[in-house]
Amino acid sequence: MLPEAVVIGGSWGGLEAILRIVSGLPARFALPLIVVLHRGRNFKSELESVIQHRTHLQVREVEEKEKIQEGYLYIAPANYHVPVEQDYTFSLDLSAPVHHSRPSIDVTFESAAEVYGPRLVGVLLTGANVDGASGLKIIADRGGLAIIQDPSEAEADTMPRAALQLCPVRQVMRIDQISQLLLQMHQELQWTGGKS
Amino acid sequence: MLFEKNEAEKLIQVIAGTYGYDLSGYSRASLYRRIGRFLTNHSIPGISVLEEKVGQSPAFFEVFLQELTVNVTEMFRDPSFFVALRRNVVPMLSTYPYIKIWDAGCSTGEELYSLTIMLKEENLLERTKIYATDVNQKVLQQARDGIYPLSSMKEYIRNYHLAGGLHDFADYYTARYGYVKFNSDLIKNVVFYPHNLATDSSFNEFHLVICRNVLIYFDRPLQERVYDLFLNSLINLGYLCLGKKESISLSPQASYFEVADKVEKIYRKRV
Repeated sequence: MLPEAVVIGGSWGGLEAILRIVSGLPARFALPLIVVLHRGRNFKSELESVIQHRTHLQVREVEEKEKIQEGYLYIAPANYHVPVEQDYTFSLDLSAPVHHSRPSIDVTFESAAEVYGPRLVGVLLTGANVDGASGLKIIADRGGLAIIQDPSEAEADTMPRAALQLCPVRQVMRIDQISQLLLQMHQELQWTGGKS
Repeated sequence: MLFEKNEAEKLIQVIAGTYGYDLSGYSRASLYRRIGRFLTNHSIPGISVLEEKVGQSPAFFEVFLQELTVNVTEMFRDPSFFVALRRNVVPMLSTYPYIKIWDAGCSTGEELYSLTIMLKEENLLERTKIYATDVNQKVLQQARDGIYPLSSMKEYIRNYHLAGGLHDFADYYTARYGYVKFNSDLIKNVVFYPHNLATDSSFNEFHLVICRNVLIYFDRPLQERVYDLFLNSLINLGYLCLGKKESISLSPQASYFEVADKVEKIYRKRV
């Protein structure tokens, strides 16, 4: 089944890993990329511009009810959870932090898994926290593709190791392999004409 | 998810039928997640059991509703918003002899105290009346109490100074047993009462309506209802403040407002 969306989560060291993944992707990338990075709560953040500087994708910090479209890289805003709705829009939520985190990777992964099912790719990167593991498992349970960054190259391996323990059906990849796989998916989607 | 969509929708119908409480305009992903958390936190095996308990016991329904609608915020959340409020809105407010503010969806009161502290520092608190409302009666009581964990204060102090605070933050509270209590003279001119944005109507006219991060839970039709409500609750040239990631611009009511601050989402009702 062809994928329709990619969700990526990371914490400690996650920004650098994301930058390496997205710097090689083309401007009209055939899938939406939804990125949840743990970040400071009440500071003006340059995250959007830092990432935009290194990618051809259109980078946007999520606004409430925004429609999810391919070619965009969406970043979860600081201090909100970002669940995905059945009509392929984002919600924002201020319920309590999950694993001390808001945005929480689990929240976005779980809700996206409910919406996209087997058409979702979930990528969990480096981090010193266990957020994201249970969300990645739900992605796999719904038939989606669960990818964990190789803990041996992760800057902090707590997050990928937690996911390895919890999630029996998954692939373990280095950053360059993840980037390569996304590029292949893009090409495949273009050939099949599934997406413009 | 721990349950099927149709099970959750049935629960929502039962709640509407039994208690007249309408959750139908709430964004689903967030609502379902909160229902799921409630099931987990209370070790309830499934949504049919929850439905039974909710249907049988109004007291249990209260507890459920309170947990379902609670939001967790901070004092001086988004400090730059308070800087903008102080710089651009306060000077206009100060031209009125008597100021009325509606804090709609005040939750546990962190924003309310932030607001009163700012007004006090601008010498406006004495001639301001604030209506603090929330659908959730339990959080209203917490807001009235003004007691927060000491462990949060480090962040709040930093936010307060980033927000343009002029004094020593510790002047506004007393600390005791791991908690702080904010001085009750801050809320001397505050009235608290329950109000449901989804069903209740306008009850007064205000110079300023603050409703940040409440409309994120509502679908578009319900949002538009609330924008009408705010429109009818503002004086001409009154201000409306929304959350940082919310915007009125895509709704039909946008034409009745001018944008006072695009980034901080401050709007002003046109004459």
